Amino acid sequence: MKLIINGKTKEYQESLTVQQLLQKLNLSPDRVVVELNRQILSPDIHVKTQLKSGDTVELVQFVGGG
Amino acid sequence: MLIYLNEKPIEINRGTRLYELRKKYKANADLLIVNGYPAGTDQELNDSDHVILIQRGEQPSAEELENLMMARHTPGVHKIIKQGRVGIAGAGGLGSHVAIALARVGIGQLNIADFDVVEPSNLNRQQYFIDQIGMPKVLALQNNLQRINPASKIKIFNQKVTPENITDFFGEVDILVEAFDAADQKAMLTNYFLCNYPEKFLVAASGIAGYESSNTIRTTRITDHFYLCGDGVTAAAPGCGLMAPRVGIAAHHQANAVLRLLLNKSPK
Repeated sequence: MKLIINGKTKEYQESLTVQQLLQKLNLSPDRVVVELNRQILSPDIHVKTQLKSGDTVELVQFVGGG
Repeated sequence: MLIYLNEKPIEINRGTRLYELRKKYKANADLLIVNGYPAGTDQELNDSDHVILIQRGEQPSAEELENLMMARHTPGVHKIIKQGRVGIAGAGGLGSHVAIALARVGIGQLNIADFDVVEPSNLNRQQYFIDQIGMPKVLALQNNLQRINPASKIKIFNQKVTPENITDFFGEVDILVEAFDAADQKAMLTNYFLCNYPEKFLVAASGIAGYESSNTIRTTRITDHFYLCGDGVTAAAPGCGLMAPRVGIAAHHQANAVLRLLLNKSPK
């Protein structure tokens, strides 16, 4: 499965949900904003959203400070 | 011919001189500004000149004050900015600076939410004063903003922002500024607001700690409705504190992004 993540093409052997992708990339789900194919994805559906080959994913992980 | 006196159009005779105008409209004015620059000597006025007559130390009326404050703006923008309604979630280092910048440009309305009180450790980077220690931040900020520009309407909410109250606090704004400290709060607000208000705009901040180069702080377009200011990586952590200059730079990136969105320009 080919995904375009933050502008870079990545190849994965297995099929993944959004939640599994975040785990694989070591991203903390409660600090992340996920945009899938130009739509912001509500965090409560990360677990059931299956990624497909060709999907475009933008991941923003916030860091603290304000 | 037509000139603008304290930003109001008036008709004067061709050949009228500056001191003549002063004598007629404000004889005791001791600061005379012609087209944005203080005039040192008497001079003949020209068609479409902008003349401002000020008596130093005098308190202008509310309407006069608004005209005088906006005299240095790019022409035409004030009317648009005055219609703008902007939310600010968090009144700390980011939020207090964003609020002040937007009040100074003459924003119509700010909705500001924060649950915290002013404490000494805030004063290294937040726009509060020693005599405000112990006050709810939103109240202290409202007081400070009213001292800067009483024409901006300031609504305050002295509560922690949660998904349950985001609509009450920010449902009416055009643009929301994410100005929280904690990363999970930043993500919560961003996710909730962008999912529930896809037609509105959100300007967030991430990566503003320390004293790394100023030039690593950027405004990035994530989507057409979501902009992120900061370097994206420098977290506040043990050994890397939050300091006024860099927090201020990021906050002013946010304020300028808001201004550009209001004026229909891409913030990037």
